[in-house]
Amino acid sequence: MKLSRATQEPAWVRALLLAVGLGFLFLFLGLPLVAVFTEAFAQGWPAYAEALRDPETRSAIWLTVVIALAVLPCNVVFGVAAAWAIAKFDFKGKSLLITLIDLPFAVSPVVAGLIFILLFGAQGTFGPWLAEHEIKIIFAVPGMILATLFITFPFIARELIPLMQAQGKDEEEAAVSLGASGWQMFRRVTLPNIKWGLLYGVILANARAMGEFGAVSVVSGHIRGETNTLPLHVEILYNEYNAIGAFAAASVLALLALVTLVAKTVVEWRMKKETEMLSTVLAPEKTS
Amino acid sequence: MAARTHRVLPGFGLALGYTLVYLSLLILLPLGGMILKASDLGFAQIIDIALGERALAAFRVTFGASFLAAAVNAFFGLIVAWILVRYPFPGKRFVDALVDLPFALPTAVAGITLATIYAGNGWLGRFIEPLGFKVAYTPAGIVVALTFVTLPFVVRTLQPVIEDIEPEVEEAAATLGASRWQTFYRIIFPAIFPALLTGFALAFARAIGEFGSVIFIAGNLPLVSEIVPLLIISKLEQYDVLGATALAVVMLAISFVMLLGINGLQWWAANRHRNSEPPEAAAGKAKGDGE
Repeated sequence: MKLSRATQEPAWVRALLLAVGLGFLFLFLGLPLVAVFTEAFAQGWPAYAEALRDPETRSAIWLTVVIALAVLPCNVVFGVAAAWAIAKFDFKGKSLLITLIDLPFAVSPVVAGLIFILLFGAQGTFGPWLAEHEIKIIFAVPGMILATLFITFPFIARELIPLMQAQGKDEEEAAVSLGASGWQMFRRVTLPNIKWGLLYGVILANARAMGEFGAVSVVSGHIRGETNTLPLHVEILYNEYNAIGAFAAASVLALLALVTLVAKTVVEWRMKKETEMLSTVLAPEKTS
Repeated sequence: MAARTHRVLPGFGLALGYTLVYLSLLILLPLGGMILKASDLGFAQIIDIALGERALAAFRVTFGASFLAAAVNAFFGLIVAWILVRYPFPGKRFVDALVDLPFALPTAVAGITLATIYAGNGWLGRFIEPLGFKVAYTPAGIVVALTFVTLPFVVRTLQPVIEDIEPEVEEAAATLGASRWQTFYRIIFPAIFPALLTGFALAFARAIGEFGSVIFIAGNLPLVSEIVPLLIISKLEQYDVLGATALAVVMLAISFVMLLGINGLQWWAANRHRNSEPPEAAAGKAKGDGE
Protein backbone atom coordinates (compact mmCIF):
# COMPACT_ATOMS: atom_id res chain seq x y z
CA MET A 1 0.00 0.00 0.00
CA LYS A 2 2.76 2.34 1.05
CA LEU A 3 4.80 1.41 -2.04
CA SER A 4 2.03 2.11 -4.51
CA ARG A 5 1.63 5.50 -2.91
CA ALA A 6 5.35 6.13 -3.20
CA THR A 7 5.20 5.70 -6.98
CA GLN A 8 2.34 8.14 -7.30
CA GLU A 9 2.28 11.88 -7.00
CA PRO A 10 0.61 13.42 -3.94
CA ALA A 11 -3.09 14.09 -4.43
CA TRP A 12 -2.67 17.86 -4.69
CA VAL A 13 -0.01 17.46 -7.42
CA ARG A 14 -2.30 15.17 -9.38
CA ALA A 15 -5.15 17.64 -9.08
CA LEU A 16 -2.89 20.50 -10.14
CA LEU A 17 -1.51 18.65 -13.18
CA LEU A 18 -5.01 17.60 -14.24
CA ALA A 19 -6.25 21.17 -13.90
CA VAL A 20 -3.31 22.67 -15.82
CA GLY A 21 -3.33 20.03 -18.59
CA LEU A 22 -7.08 20.03 -19.14
CA GLY A 23 -7.23 23.81 -18.80
CA PHE A 24 -4.59 24.17 -21.52
CA LEU A 25 -6.47 21.82 -23.84
CA PHE A 26 -9.74 23.60 -23.17
CA LEU A 27 -8.21 26.99 -23.90
CA PHE A 28 -6.41 25.96 -27.08
CA LEU A 29 -8.62 23.20 -28.51
CA GLY A 30 -12.06 23.22 -26.89
CA LEU A 31 -12.72 26.93 -27.10
CA PRO A 32 -11.82 27.35 -30.81
CA LEU A 33 -13.90 24.30 -31.73
CA VAL A 34 -16.95 25.66 -29.93
CA ALA A 35 -16.31 29.13 -31.35
CA VAL A 36 -16.44 27.93 -34.98
CA PHE A 37 -19.99 26.66 -34.57
CA THR A 38 -21.14 29.49 -32.31
CA GLU A 39 -20.01 32.09 -34.84
CA ALA A 40 -21.55 30.14 -37.72
CA PHE A 41 -24.93 30.07 -35.95
CA ALA A 42 -24.63 33.59 -34.52
CA GLN A 43 -27.64 34.72 -36.53
CA GLY A 44 -29.56 31.49 -36.36
CA TRP A 45 -30.26 28.61 -38.71
CA PRO A 46 -31.80 30.56 -41.59
CA ALA A 47 -28.75 32.80 -42.02
CA TYR A 48 -26.50 29.73 -41.77
CA ALA A 49 -28.45 27.79 -44.37
CA GLU A 50 -28.55 30.85 -46.59
CA ALA A 51 -24.75 31.19 -46.38
CA LEU A 52 -24.27 27.56 -47.38
CA ARG A 53 -26.67 27.90 -50.30
CA ASP A 54 -24.45 30.54 -51.84
CA PRO A 55 -23.39 29.24 -55.28
CA GLU A 56 -19.75 30.25 -54.75
CA THR A 57 -19.60 28.32 -51.50
CA ARG A 58 -21.22 25.37 -53.26
CA SER A 59 -18.67 25.42 -56.05
CA ALA A 60 -15.85 25.72 -53.50
CA ILE A 61 -17.10 22.62 -51.70
CA TRP A 62 -17.34 20.80 -55.01
CA LEU A 63 -13.80 21.74 -56.07
CA THR A 64 -12.43 20.66 -52.68
CA VAL A 65 -13.99 17.23 -53.15
CA VAL A 66 -12.77 16.95 -56.76
CA ILE A 67 -9.18 17.73 -55.76
CA ALA A 68 -9.26 15.20 -52.92
CA LEU A 69 -10.70 12.56 -55.28
CA ALA A 70 -7.94 13.25 -57.81
CA VAL A 71 -5.14 13.23 -55.23
CA LEU A 72 -5.98 10.27 -53.00
CA PRO A 73 -5.83 7.41 -55.57
CA CYS A 74 -2.40 8.61 -56.78
CA ASN A 75 -1.05 8.64 -53.27
CA VAL A 76 -2.62 5.28 -52.42
CA VAL A 77 -0.86 3.63 -55.38
CA PHE A 78 2.41 5.38 -54.53
CA GLY A 79 2.10 4.58 -50.82
CA VAL A 80 1.52 0.87 -51.41
CA ALA A 81 4.32 0.64 -54.00
CA ALA A 82 6.82 2.50 -51.83
CA ALA A 83 5.94 0.50 -48.73
CA TRP A 84 6.15 -2.77 -50.67
CA ALA A 85 9.64 -1.99 -51.94
CA ILE A 86 10.93 -0.56 -48.66
CA ALA A 87 9.36 -2.97 -46.18
CA LYS A 88 9.77 -6.27 -48.02
CA PHE A 89 13.12 -5.88 -49.79
CA ASP A 90 16.61 -4.69 -49.00
CA PHE A 91 18.54 -2.36 -51.24
CA LYS A 92 21.17 0.34 -51.05
CA GLY A 93 20.04 3.84 -50.19
CA LYS A 94 16.89 2.73 -48.43
CA SER A 95 17.20 5.17 -45.54
CA LEU A 96 17.91 8.01 -47.98
CA LEU A 97 14.72 7.07 -49.83
CA ILE A 98 12.73 7.15 -46.58
CA THR A 99 14.15 10.59 -45.77
CA LEU A 100 13.20 11.85 -49.24
CA ILE A 101 9.66 10.55 -48.83
CA ASP A 102 9.45 12.55 -45.59
CA LEU A 103 10.73 15.69 -47.30
CA PRO A 104 7.33 17.28 -48.09
CA PHE A 105 6.51 17.25 -44.36
CA ALA A 106 9.44 19.57 -43.79
CA VAL A 107 8.78 21.92 -46.69
CA SER A 108 6.64 24.99 -46.01
CA PRO A 109 3.33 24.83 -47.91
CA VAL A 110 4.11 28.21 -49.44
CA VAL A 111 7.39 26.86 -50.83
CA ALA A 112 5.50 23.81 -52.12
CA GLY A 113 3.26 26.14 -54.12
CA LEU A 114 6.15 28.27 -55.32
CA ILE A 115 8.09 25.38 -56.85
CA PHE A 116 5.21 24.66 -59.23
CA ILE A 117 4.96 28.32 -60.19
CA LEU A 118 8.67 28.24 -61.06
CA LEU A 119 8.07 25.22 -63.30
CA PHE A 120 4.74 25.96 -64.91
CA GLY A 121 4.10 29.68 -64.29
CA ALA A 122 4.16 32.30 -67.06
CA GLN A 123 7.90 32.95 -66.54
CA GLY A 124 8.58 29.37 -65.43
CA THR A 125 10.70 26.72 -67.10
CA PHE A 126 7.82 25.22 -69.08
CA GLY A 127 5.75 28.43 -69.08
CA PRO A 128 6.28 29.50 -72.72
CA TRP A 129 5.71 25.97 -74.04
CA LEU A 130 2.48 25.63 -72.03
CA ALA A 131 1.26 29.03 -73.22
CA GLU A 132 1.94 28.05 -76.82
CA HIS A 133 -0.15 24.91 -76.44
CA GLU A 134 -2.80 26.74 -74.39
CA ILE A 135 -2.42 24.47 -71.39
CA LYS A 136 -3.15 26.13 -68.08
CA ILE A 137 -1.63 24.61 -64.96
CA ILE A 138 -0.95 27.58 -62.70
CA PHE A 139 -4.01 29.56 -61.56
CA ALA A 140 -6.03 26.53 -62.63
CA VAL A 141 -7.14 23.22 -61.16
CA PRO A 142 -4.18 21.07 -62.40
CA GLY A 143 -1.73 23.24 -60.45
CA MET A 144 -3.86 22.95 -57.34
CA ILE A 145 -3.93 19.17 -57.72
CA LEU A 146 -0.13 19.10 -58.12
CA ALA A 147 0.41 21.24 -55.02
CA THR A 148 -1.97 19.06 -52.99
CA LEU A 149 -0.23 15.91 -54.27
CA PHE A 150 3.07 17.32 -53.05
CA ILE A 151 1.72 18.24 -49.61
CA THR A 152 -0.03 14.89 -48.99
CA PHE A 153 2.72 12.80 -50.60
CA PRO A 154 4.16 11.14 -47.44
CA PHE A 155 0.97 10.37 -45.48
CA ILE A 156 0.02 6.92 -46.77
CA ALA A 157 3.56 5.63 -47.34
CA ARG A 158 4.52 6.63 -43.81
CA GLU A 159 1.61 4.71 -42.32
CA LEU A 160 2.28 1.60 -44.40
CA ILE A 161 6.08 1.30 -44.18
CA PRO A 162 6.34 0.52 -40.42
CA LEU A 163 3.20 -1.61 -40.56
CA MET A 164 4.46 -3.79 -43.42
CA GLN A 165 7.91 -3.96 -41.86
CA ALA A 166 6.39 -5.27 -38.63
CA GLN A 167 4.33 -7.85 -40.50
CA GLY A 168 7.43 -9.30 -42.20
CA LYS A 169 7.26 -11.30 -45.39
CA ASP A 170 6.57 -14.85 -44.19
CA GLU A 171 2.90 -14.81 -45.16
CA GLU A 172 3.55 -13.50 -48.66
CA GLU A 173 6.41 -15.94 -49.18
CA ALA A 174 4.14 -18.78 -48.12
CA ALA A 175 1.50 -17.63 -50.60
CA VAL A 176 4.01 -17.43 -53.46
CA SER A 177 5.58 -20.81 -52.70
CA LEU A 178 2.08 -22.32 -52.68
CA GLY A 179 1.72 -21.08 -56.25
CA ALA A 180 -0.14 -17.79 -55.89
CA SER A 181 0.44 -15.23 -58.60
CA GLY A 182 1.69 -11.78 -57.61
CA TRP A 183 -1.77 -10.27 -57.89
CA GLN A 184 -3.40 -13.12 -55.94
CA MET A 185 -0.81 -12.76 -53.20
CA PHE A 186 -1.42 -9.02 -53.01
CA ARG A 187 -5.20 -9.26 -53.00
CA ARG A 188 -5.56 -12.22 -50.65
CA VAL A 189 -2.63 -11.77 -48.25
CA THR A 190 -1.14 -8.29 -48.33
CA LEU A 191 -4.25 -6.17 -48.76
CA PRO A 192 -6.23 -7.78 -45.91
CA ASN A 193 -3.19 -7.33 -43.67
CA ILE A 194 -2.72 -3.64 -44.43
CA LYS A 195 -6.31 -2.54 -44.96
CA TRP A 196 -6.68 -0.67 -41.64
CA GLY A 197 -3.30 0.99 -41.93
CA LEU A 198 -4.13 1.99 -45.49
CA LEU A 199 -7.48 3.40 -44.43
CA TYR A 200 -5.76 5.30 -41.61
CA GLY A 201 -3.35 6.89 -44.07
CA VAL A 202 -6.19 7.76 -46.44
CA ILE A 203 -8.14 9.45 -43.63
CA LEU A 204 -5.15 11.60 -42.65
CA ALA A 205 -4.24 12.41 -46.26
CA ASN A 206 -7.84 13.33 -47.03
CA ALA A 207 -8.07 15.72 -44.09
CA ARG A 208 -4.90 17.44 -45.24
CA ALA A 209 -5.92 17.47 -48.91
CA MET A 210 -9.30 19.04 -48.19
CA GLY A 211 -7.93 21.48 -45.64
CA GLU A 212 -4.73 22.60 -47.36
CA PHE A 213 -4.42 26.35 -47.56
CA GLY A 214 -0.90 27.69 -48.14
CA ALA A 215 0.24 25.60 -51.09
CA VAL A 216 -3.09 25.78 -52.89
CA SER A 217 -3.38 29.49 -52.20
CA VAL A 218 -0.12 30.21 -54.04
CA VAL A 219 -1.10 28.39 -57.24
CA SER A 220 -4.85 29.02 -57.26
CA GLY A 221 -5.11 32.64 -58.42
CA HIS A 222 -8.33 32.91 -56.35
CA ILE A 223 -10.74 32.97 -59.26
CA ARG A 224 -14.16 32.87 -57.64
CA GLY A 225 -16.35 29.97 -58.58
CA GLU A 226 -13.46 28.46 -60.53
CA THR A 227 -10.27 27.95 -58.51
CA ASN A 228 -11.51 28.45 -54.98
CA THR A 229 -11.40 25.53 -52.61
CA LEU A 230 -13.37 25.76 -49.39
CA PRO A 231 -10.42 26.89 -47.22
CA LEU A 232 -9.59 29.62 -49.78
CA HIS A 233 -13.24 30.66 -49.89
CA VAL A 234 -13.20 30.98 -46.08
CA GLU A 235 -10.38 33.49 -46.42
CA ILE A 236 -12.18 35.54 -49.06
CA LEU A 237 -15.43 35.72 -47.08
CA TYR A 238 -13.55 36.56 -43.90
CA ASN A 239 -11.61 39.37 -45.55
CA GLU A 240 -14.91 40.77 -46.84
CA TYR A 241 -16.16 40.92 -43.25
CA ASN A 242 -18.80 38.34 -44.09
CA ALA A 243 -18.43 36.59 -40.73
CA ILE A 244 -21.52 34.40 -41.07
CA GLY A 245 -20.49 33.20 -44.52
CA ALA A 246 -16.88 32.61 -43.49
CA PHE A 247 -17.80 30.67 -40.35
CA ALA A 248 -20.56 28.75 -42.11
CA ALA A 249 -18.00 27.53 -44.64
CA ALA A 250 -15.51 26.99 -41.80
CA SER A 251 -18.08 24.93 -39.89
CA VAL A 252 -18.30 22.52 -42.84
CA LEU A 253 -14.53 22.05 -42.61
CA ALA A 254 -14.70 21.75 -38.81
CA LEU A 255 -17.33 19.06 -39.23
CA LEU A 256 -14.99 17.27 -41.63
CA ALA A 257 -12.28 17.51 -38.97
CA LEU A 258 -14.57 15.97 -36.35
CA VAL A 259 -15.55 13.14 -38.71
CA THR A 260 -11.84 12.61 -39.37
CA LEU A 261 -11.10 12.38 -35.65
CA VAL A 262 -13.91 9.87 -35.07
CA ALA A 263 -12.90 7.74 -38.08
CA LYS A 264 -9.27 7.87 -37.00
CA THR A 265 -10.13 6.77 -33.45
CA VAL A 266 -12.27 3.89 -34.72
CA VAL A 267 -9.53 2.69 -37.09
CA GLU A 268 -6.87 3.01 -34.37
CA TRP A 269 -9.07 0.90 -32.11
CA ARG A 270 -9.51 -1.75 -34.84
CA MET A 271 -5.76 -1.86 -35.51
CA LYS A 272 -5.01 -2.24 -31.81
CA LYS A 273 -7.54 -5.03 -31.51
CA GLU A 274 -6.05 -6.85 -34.47
CA THR A 275 -2.46 -6.66 -33.16
CA GLU A 276 -3.69 -7.87 -29.78
CA MET A 277 -5.42 -10.83 -31.45
CA LEU A 278 -2.27 -11.54 -33.42
CA SER A 279 -0.06 -11.44 -30.32
CA THR A 280 -2.32 -13.85 -28.41
CA VAL A 281 -2.21 -16.25 -31.35
CA LEU A 282 1.57 -15.98 -31.55
CA ALA A 283 2.18 -15.93 -27.79
CA PRO A 284 2.76 -19.68 -27.23
CA GLU A 285 5.20 -19.73 -30.11
CA LYS A 286 7.20 -16.90 -28.58
CA THR A 287 7.65 -18.50 -25.16
CA SER A 288 8.89 -21.82 -26.56
CA MET B 1 23.46 -12.17 -57.91
CA ALA B 2 23.15 -14.29 -54.77
CA ALA B 3 20.65 -11.87 -53.30
CA ARG B 4 18.60 -12.00 -56.48
CA THR B 5 18.06 -15.75 -56.31
CA HIS B 6 16.85 -15.42 -52.71
CA ARG B 7 14.16 -12.95 -53.67
CA VAL B 8 10.96 -14.96 -53.47
CA LEU B 9 8.49 -12.11 -53.51
CA PRO B 10 7.50 -10.52 -56.82
CA GLY B 11 7.17 -6.89 -57.78
CA PHE B 12 10.36 -5.37 -56.38
CA GLY B 13 11.48 -3.79 -59.65
CA LEU B 14 8.03 -2.46 -60.45
CA ALA B 15 7.37 -1.09 -56.96
CA LEU B 16 10.76 0.56 -56.55
CA GLY B 17 10.77 1.85 -60.11
CA TYR B 18 7.34 3.41 -59.74
CA THR B 19 8.31 4.89 -56.37
CA LEU B 20 11.45 6.48 -57.78
CA VAL B 21 9.74 7.88 -60.89
CA TYR B 22 6.83 9.32 -58.89
CA LEU B 23 9.17 10.75 -56.26
CA SER B 24 11.42 12.29 -58.89
CA LEU B 25 8.63 13.86 -60.93
CA LEU B 26 6.60 15.22 -58.05
CA ILE B 27 9.18 16.11 -55.41
CA LEU B 28 12.78 16.07 -56.61
CA LEU B 29 12.37 17.67 -60.02
CA PRO B 30 10.32 20.65 -58.77
CA LEU B 31 12.61 21.21 -55.78
CA GLY B 32 15.67 20.84 -58.01
CA GLY B 33 14.15 23.31 -60.44
CA MET B 34 13.83 25.86 -57.69
CA ILE B 35 17.43 25.40 -56.59
CA LEU B 36 18.55 25.75 -60.21
CA LYS B 37 16.53 28.96 -60.50
CA ALA B 38 18.15 30.26 -57.34
CA SER B 39 21.58 29.49 -58.72
CA ASP B 40 20.91 32.22 -61.32
CA LEU B 41 21.25 34.58 -58.40
CA GLY B 42 24.39 33.14 -56.92
CA PHE B 43 25.11 32.43 -53.30
CA ALA B 44 26.16 35.95 -52.33
CA GLN B 45 23.00 37.52 -53.68
CA ILE B 46 20.75 34.98 -51.96
CA ILE B 47 22.40 35.79 -48.64
CA ASP B 48 22.02 39.48 -49.46
CA ILE B 49 18.26 39.08 -50.01
CA ALA B 50 17.86 36.94 -46.89
CA LEU B 51 19.71 39.52 -44.81
CA GLY B 52 17.75 42.49 -46.12
CA GLU B 53 16.02 44.48 -43.40
CA ARG B 54 12.50 43.22 -44.07
CA ALA B 55 13.57 39.60 -44.65
CA LEU B 56 15.76 39.54 -41.57
CA ALA B 57 12.90 40.85 -39.45
CA ALA B 58 10.60 38.20 -40.94
CA PHE B 59 13.10 35.45 -40.12
CA ARG B 60 13.40 36.79 -36.58
CA VAL B 61 9.61 36.83 -36.11
CA THR B 62 9.19 33.38 -37.67
CA PHE B 63 11.91 31.69 -35.62
CA GLY B 64 11.14 33.54 -32.40
CA ALA B 65 7.43 32.76 -32.51
CA SER B 66 8.08 29.15 -33.57
CA PHE B 67 10.54 28.67 -30.72
CA LEU B 68 8.12 30.11 -28.16
CA ALA B 69 5.22 28.02 -29.48
CA ALA B 70 7.32 24.84 -29.41
CA ALA B 71 8.49 25.68 -25.88
CA VAL B 72 4.92 26.28 -24.67
CA ASN B 73 3.94 22.95 -26.19
CA ALA B 74 6.93 21.17 -24.67
CA PHE B 75 5.88 22.33 -21.19
CA PHE B 76 2.13 21.79 -21.45
CA GLY B 77 2.50 18.80 -23.78
CA LEU B 78 4.50 16.98 -21.11
CA ILE B 79 1.73 17.60 -18.58
CA VAL B 80 -0.99 16.57 -21.05
CA ALA B 81 0.86 13.39 -22.07
CA TRP B 82 1.46 12.57 -18.41
CA ILE B 83 -2.19 12.92 -17.34
CA LEU B 84 -3.40 11.06 -20.44
CA VAL B 85 -1.16 8.07 -19.67
CA ARG B 86 -1.15 8.02 -15.87
CA TYR B 87 -4.33 9.53 -14.46
CA PRO B 88 -7.87 8.23 -14.84
CA PHE B 89 -10.49 10.91 -15.42
CA PRO B 90 -13.95 10.96 -17.00
CA GLY B 91 -14.01 11.64 -20.75
CA LYS B 92 -10.37 10.65 -21.17
CA ARG B 93 -10.87 8.91 -24.52
CA PHE B 94 -12.65 11.97 -25.86
CA VAL B 95 -9.84 14.26 -24.69
CA ASP B 96 -7.23 11.90 -26.14
CA ALA B 97 -8.92 11.98 -29.55
CA LEU B 98 -9.35 15.76 -29.36
CA VAL B 99 -5.57 16.26 -29.08
CA ASP B 100 -5.30 15.51 -32.81
CA LEU B 101 -7.75 18.28 -33.71
CA PRO B 102 -5.01 20.61 -35.05
CA PHE B 103 -3.97 17.91 -37.54
CA ALA B 104 -7.55 17.53 -38.75
CA LEU B 105 -8.80 21.12 -38.66
CA PRO B 106 -7.84 23.14 -41.75
CA THR B 107 -5.39 25.88 -40.81
CA ALA B 108 -7.53 28.65 -42.30
CA VAL B 109 -10.39 27.65 -39.99
CA ALA B 110 -8.04 27.72 -37.01
CA GLY B 111 -6.76 31.11 -38.14
CA ILE B 112 -10.10 32.92 -38.42
CA THR B 113 -11.39 31.31 -35.22
CA LEU B 114 -8.37 32.23 -33.12
CA ALA B 115 -8.40 35.76 -34.55
CA THR B 116 -12.07 36.08 -33.58
CA ILE B 117 -11.56 34.70 -30.07
CA TYR B 118 -8.58 36.93 -29.30
CA ALA B 119 -9.86 40.09 -30.99
CA GLY B 120 -10.77 43.01 -28.68
CA ASN B 121 -14.43 41.99 -28.55
CA GLY B 122 -13.78 38.23 -28.65
CA TRP B 123 -14.37 35.63 -25.95
CA LEU B 124 -10.82 35.88 -24.60
CA GLY B 125 -9.74 39.21 -26.04
CA ARG B 126 -12.28 41.16 -24.02
CA PHE B 127 -10.73 39.87 -20.79
CA ILE B 128 -7.10 40.03 -21.89
CA GLU B 129 -6.97 43.44 -23.54
CA PRO B 130 -8.08 45.47 -20.50
CA LEU B 131 -5.15 43.88 -18.67
CA GLY B 132 -2.81 45.41 -21.23
CA PHE B 133 -2.12 42.26 -23.29
CA LYS B 134 -2.92 42.53 -26.93
CA VAL B 135 -2.79 39.16 -28.70
CA ALA B 136 -4.71 39.51 -31.95
CA TYR B 137 -2.82 41.36 -34.70
CA THR B 138 0.48 41.28 -32.79
CA PRO B 139 3.44 38.86 -32.72
CA ALA B 140 1.81 37.27 -29.63
CA GLY B 141 -1.02 36.21 -31.94
CA ILE B 142 1.49 34.36 -34.11
CA VAL B 143 2.66 32.42 -31.06
CA VAL B 144 -0.94 31.52 -30.19
CA ALA B 145 -1.69 30.29 -33.72
CA LEU B 146 1.53 28.27 -33.90
CA THR B 147 0.87 26.78 -30.46
CA PHE B 148 -2.50 25.55 -31.70
CA VAL B 149 -1.15 24.13 -34.96
CA THR B 150 1.78 22.24 -33.38
CA LEU B 151 0.00 21.12 -30.20
CA PRO B 152 -0.19 17.37 -30.98
CA PHE B 153 3.52 16.81 -31.71
CA VAL B 154 4.94 16.78 -28.16
CA VAL B 155 1.95 14.93 -26.70
CA ARG B 156 2.02 12.24 -29.37
CA THR B 157 5.79 11.65 -29.22
CA LEU B 158 5.76 11.48 -25.41
CA GLN B 159 2.71 9.27 -24.86
CA PRO B 160 4.21 5.92 -26.00
CA VAL B 161 7.48 6.64 -24.18
CA ILE B 162 5.72 7.35 -20.88
CA GLU B 163 3.65 4.20 -21.38
CA ASP B 164 6.87 2.21 -21.79
CA ILE B 165 8.44 3.30 -18.50
CA GLU B 166 8.51 0.17 -16.37
CA PRO B 167 6.88 0.59 -12.96
CA GLU B 168 9.69 -1.48 -11.39
CA VAL B 169 12.14 1.32 -12.03
CA GLU B 170 10.01 3.83 -10.16
CA GLU B 171 9.36 1.31 -7.38
CA ALA B 172 13.10 0.70 -7.03
CA ALA B 173 13.71 4.44 -6.76
CA ALA B 174 11.00 4.73 -4.13
CA THR B 175 12.32 1.81 -2.05
CA LEU B 176 15.78 3.36 -2.19
CA GLY B 177 14.31 6.38 -0.50
CA ALA B 178 13.84 8.78 -3.43
CA SER B 179 11.06 11.30 -3.09
CA ARG B 180 8.52 11.43 -5.90
CA TRP B 181 10.13 14.60 -7.25
CA GLN B 182 13.60 12.99 -7.19
CA THR B 183 12.21 9.97 -9.01
CA PHE B 184 10.80 12.27 -11.63
CA TYR B 185 13.85 14.36 -12.40
CA ARG B 186 16.45 11.63 -11.87
CA ILE B 187 14.65 8.62 -13.43
CA ILE B 188 11.61 9.59 -15.48
CA PHE B 189 12.75 12.85 -17.02
CA PRO B 190 16.06 11.48 -18.43
CA ALA B 191 14.11 8.55 -19.91
CA ILE B 192 11.63 10.76 -21.74
CA PHE B 193 14.00 13.62 -22.58
CA PRO B 194 14.95 12.45 -26.12
CA ALA B 195 11.26 12.10 -27.00
CA LEU B 196 10.52 15.52 -25.52
CA LEU B 197 13.30 17.04 -27.61
CA THR B 198 12.03 15.21 -30.72
CA GLY B 199 8.51 16.52 -30.13
CA PHE B 200 9.88 20.02 -29.65
CA ALA B 201 11.88 19.80 -32.89
CA LEU B 202 8.90 18.43 -34.85
CA ALA B 203 6.72 21.26 -33.55
CA PHE B 204 9.38 23.86 -34.34
CA ALA B 205 9.94 22.50 -37.86
CA ARG B 206 6.23 22.56 -38.59
CA ALA B 207 5.84 26.04 -37.11
CA ILE B 208 8.48 27.78 -39.23
CA GLY B 209 6.67 26.80 -42.44
CA GLU B 210 3.14 27.45 -41.21
CA PHE B 211 1.09 29.98 -43.14
CA GLY B 212 -2.69 29.53 -43.08
CA SER B 213 -3.37 29.82 -39.37
CA VAL B 214 -0.96 32.72 -38.82
CA ILE B 215 -1.94 35.29 -41.42
CA PHE B 216 -5.41 35.93 -39.97
CA ILE B 217 -4.24 36.68 -36.46
CA ALA B 218 -0.80 38.18 -37.13
CA GLY B 219 -1.70 41.64 -38.39
CA ASN B 220 1.04 41.10 -41.00
CA LEU B 221 2.89 44.35 -40.38
CA PRO B 222 6.25 44.35 -42.20
CA LEU B 223 9.20 44.36 -39.77
CA VAL B 224 6.87 43.60 -36.84
CA SER B 225 4.51 40.70 -37.43
CA GLU B 226 5.29 39.45 -40.93
CA ILE B 227 6.37 35.81 -41.23
CA VAL B 228 8.71 34.49 -43.93
CA PRO B 229 6.08 32.46 -45.87
CA LEU B 230 3.95 35.60 -46.14
CA LEU B 231 6.95 37.63 -47.32
CA ILE B 232 7.57 35.00 -50.02
CA ILE B 233 3.98 35.38 -51.21
CA SER B 234 4.07 39.18 -51.20
CA LYS B 235 7.31 39.12 -53.22
CA LEU B 236 5.61 36.75 -55.65
CA GLU B 237 2.61 39.05 -55.94
CA GLN B 238 4.96 41.93 -56.76
CA TYR B 239 6.46 39.79 -59.54
CA ASP B 240 9.75 39.56 -57.64
CA VAL B 241 10.06 35.87 -58.48
CA LEU B 242 13.80 35.75 -57.85
CA GLY B 243 13.45 37.37 -54.44
CA ALA B 244 10.74 34.88 -53.49
CA THR B 245 12.89 32.03 -54.76
CA ALA B 246 15.90 33.19 -52.75
CA LEU B 247 13.88 33.23 -49.52
CA ALA B 248 12.28 29.89 -50.39
CA VAL B 249 15.68 28.28 -50.93
CA VAL B 250 16.88 29.53 -47.55
CA MET B 251 13.70 28.13 -45.97
CA LEU B 252 14.22 24.83 -47.79
CA ALA B 253 17.81 24.56 -46.58
CA ILE B 254 16.69 25.21 -43.00
CA SER B 255 13.89 22.62 -43.32
CA PHE B 256 16.32 20.08 -44.65
CA VAL B 257 18.74 20.63 -41.77
CA MET B 258 15.81 20.32 -39.34
CA LEU B 259 14.73 17.07 -41.01
CA LEU B 260 18.21 15.60 -40.67
CA GLY B 261 18.39 16.80 -37.07
CA ILE B 262 15.05 15.20 -36.24
CA ASN B 263 16.13 11.92 -37.88
CA GLY B 264 19.27 12.05 -35.74
CA LEU B 265 17.21 12.70 -32.61
CA GLN B 266 14.89 9.82 -33.37
CA TRP B 267 17.86 7.55 -33.99
CA TRP B 268 19.34 8.64 -30.67
CA ALA B 269 16.06 8.03 -28.85
CA ALA B 270 15.60 4.60 -30.45
CA ASN B 271 19.17 3.53 -29.78
CA ARG B 272 19.09 4.53 -26.14
CA HIS B 273 15.95 2.51 -25.91
CA ARG B 274 17.49 -0.43 -27.71
CA ASN B 275 20.45 -0.52 -25.31
CA SER B 276 18.10 -0.96 -22.39
CA GLU B 277 16.47 -4.01 -23.98
CA PRO B 278 17.50 -7.52 -22.99
CA PRO B 279 20.43 -8.65 -25.17
CA GLU B 280 18.49 -11.37 -27.04
CA ALA B 281 15.79 -8.95 -28.12
CA ALA B 282 18.35 -6.40 -29.25
CA ALA B 283 20.24 -9.08 -31.16
CA GLY B 284 17.04 -10.28 -32.80
CA LYS B 285 16.20 -6.74 -33.87
CA ALA B 286 19.67 -6.16 -35.27
CA LYS B 287 19.40 -9.37 -37.25
CA GLY B 288 16.01 -8.33 -38.59
CA ASP B 289 17.44 -4.97 -39.67
CA GLY B 290 20.43 -6.46 -41.40
CA GLU B 291 18.59 -9.08 -43.38
